[in-house]
Amino acid sequence: MNTIPQALEEIKVVEFGGYAAGPHIGKMLGNFGAKVVHVESSDRPDGFRLQYPPYPGSRPGINRSGCFSLFNDSKYGVTIDLKKQEGLELARRLVGWSDLVVENMRPGVMQRLGLGYQTLAEINPRLVMLSTCNMGQTGPRADTPGFGSQLSALAGFCGMTGFADGPPMLLYGPYIDFIASLLGGSAVLAGLVRSRRSGRGAYIDLSQYECGLHFMAGVLQDYFATGHLAERSGNDDAAAAPHGAYSCHDGEWVALSCWSDAEFQALAAAIGKAALAEDAAFATAAARHAHKSKLDAAIAEWTRARSAETVAETLQGVGVCAYPVVTMAGLFSDPQLAARRQWRVRRHPEMGDQAYEFPGFDLENAPGDIVGPAPCLGADNDFVFRDLLGMAEAEINAYRQRGVFG
Amino acid sequence: MTMLLEGILVVDATDQFGWLAGRILADLGADVVKLDLPGTDRSRPRWRAFNVNKRALDLDPAKPSGRRQLEELLAKADICLLTPISSPQDDSLDADELRRRHPHLIVVVISPFGRVGQRKHWRASDIELMAAGGAMSLAGEPDGAPVRVSEPQAYSWASAQAAVGALTALYRREATGRGDLVDVSAQASVVIAAAHAPAFFDLNGVAPQRAGAFMTGRSITGARYRVFWPCRDGWLNFIFYGGVAGRRTNEQLVAWMGECGAELGPLANIEWQRWDATRTTQAEVDAIEAPVLKFFAGVSKREFLIEAHKREMLGYPVSTVADIITDPQLEARGFFQTLDGERYCGSFAVIDGERPPLRRTAVTSERPPRRAGGRS
Repeated sequence: MNTIPQALEEIKVVEFGGYAAGPHIGKMLGNFGAKVVHVESSDRPDGFRLQYPPYPGSRPGINRSGCFSLFNDSKYGVTIDLKKQEGLELARRLVGWSDLVVENMRPGVMQRLGLGYQTLAEINPRLVMLSTCNMGQTGPRADTPGFGSQLSALAGFCGMTGFADGPPMLLYGPYIDFIASLLGGSAVLAGLVRSRRSGRGAYIDLSQYECGLHFMAGVLQDYFATGHLAERSGNDDAAAAPHGAYSCHDGEWVALSCWSDAEFQALAAAIGKAALAEDAAFATAAARHAHKSKLDAAIAEWTRARSAETVAETLQGVGVCAYPVVTMAGLFSDPQLAARRQWRVRRHPEMGDQAYEFPGFDLENAPGDIVGPAPCLGADNDFVFRDLLGMAEAEINAYRQRGVFG
Repeated sequence: MTMLLEGILVVDATDQFGWLAGRILADLGADVVKLDLPGTDRSRPRWRAFNVNKRALDLDPAKPSGRRQLEELLAKADICLLTPISSPQDDSLDADELRRRHPHLIVVVISPFGRVGQRKHWRASDIELMAAGGAMSLAGEPDGAPVRVSEPQAYSWASAQAAVGALTALYRREATGRGDLVDVSAQASVVIAAAHAPAFFDLNGVAPQRAGAFMTGRSITGARYRVFWPCRDGWLNFIFYGGVAGRRTNEQLVAWMGECGAELGPLANIEWQRWDATRTTQAEVDAIEAPVLKFFAGVSKREFLIEAHKREMLGYPVSTVADIITDPQLEARGFFQTLDGERYCGSFAVIDGERPPLRRTAVTSERPPRRAGGRS
């Protein structure tokens, strides 16, 4: 546990919703000390709990999803039955306690529950609230339900991945959800800064689709400026040559690139083929692009006889960009990620040890941490309502008896 | 409207590794001054896309006048964004020096591998970072080379994490008055793009692999499901899912095909309430996919988008840039904005009911901004 005061320890967050795009925001804030309460109900737990593996030992269970836990560490878990009037009252009390509400229901659901921004801002005028969904809260397709893995296709990512003569490619999971959660993370923090300074709250309408397009801004701008329609091009780059992934001797791959003739000369010397750089067919980037197949074959002949690590170390030693294509197993043994403590093991009461993921940034004077494992369903009802909200034991018991913590 | 980061001054001394970080802060209302060496080409589309909404300033810190101008700016600034690899070799933009000279400042350092670890000085461009962060290992054909997204992504992942880091430190400074140093690793920033895939290895020792244009791992029989379907003018992303949402989607697809008089084959007899995607064999998957393959071949991307929305089906077309810029949903929300005759992606969020308008094109260099009030 971190004993240094954390950057966001004054911030109190309530989350309604589930899956990735909303909860990942709270997880990041929790890593820097915010008190984050993830609201679910027994009837409608976070969809990641039941529908998404991995489960340790491949044994599913409401508290055993590694997918849920990865995006919900450093939080408290409560259950409130929002179908009951008293449940809604309790939710509003929680909002009154909080500085920030994050929700990723379909547009209109929070309003129908009586938990829309206008209502909540009357309870807490300083409140910052973020609503995130596929399309945003307005527009002709605002109510479109959808998964991030498919939305990544609508936003151009899948079409821009793969080889020119082949089909589009998947990017594994809900790639675009994490673009939205990072941009949303910035938006809520900016809202909290203003709220702290002025006492004025904010309502942020975040479309995951639009957030994704900011990662495609370069090709969109190119089209606006020149009419050029970008297409998938494997691992090629218009400027760099060579530029690609090359197979290594043990089934591994290495990515490498040369951004100048000098870098290519260094590469050619390092792979024992210094004459290549003298050859007119490879002397300039344009020539290397024109003779790509021959160039790639010459490089692959050298990489195939070596491990990806050896290739990368050798080329980095002469100033050429290179890195092994790190697999999901390799993420846990990569020395550079290990030096940053990218993975931090915490013990979960039902899942045992799990490596939780730290963000890509850290603060020198107020470092973050994985404050604790992901919560079991409703595990923190007593702590949150008694210790954080200050409710009397008798009141909590009355709610419990009426099934409000359902 | 009062912007969320009204009154916050950001000095943006980044190359492409950090451009989007400054853009995010500018979209939220910060006054972002983009520093470039005199003679920098600001006409490139990528430069313009990521630096719109900032002020542009020609500044050479190697010259005494440039150094003086920089120090004046930093004394007033709240956040300074750096990408040290392309920064000057003197100490004018050295992160530790900046922290010493300007204790109030939040210094954000964005680099390929961060400031710690034995590989902190290793060089990398987008492709090595997408490889180093695991994302590349998950894209491509199972028996082929790993591939990256053809538009650089690692710089944006690093920038997006840097903006969160900068504002985390800014929030802390509101309480303590103290600046900080934010260390951003592009490699570490990319890892989140792999979503929950690392957890399969961590918990069960199984490393997910790239699956090309298909999805595997959903049926205990090992069957693979098609994800990308050729259509009349490109490709669609559609999957036979199970569960409640999948059932509705599958029912609606069959209804749509029926209304169009399409041949249904085995789809006609499936009770979707009882159909279990986790137990279906490859032969069964192939049989139900065959008529759909034929049907989708005659459907356009826009037609699919409209029908899927109308019928509450899961699935989206595989958009090209041309599809995206004509999408009525984006039009209705005013996502693309025109400034000085050029179109750009607008601010990334709608705040208090309004998308903050883009304020400046950052094309021509100007004098450093004078701020009324704020830090002195």
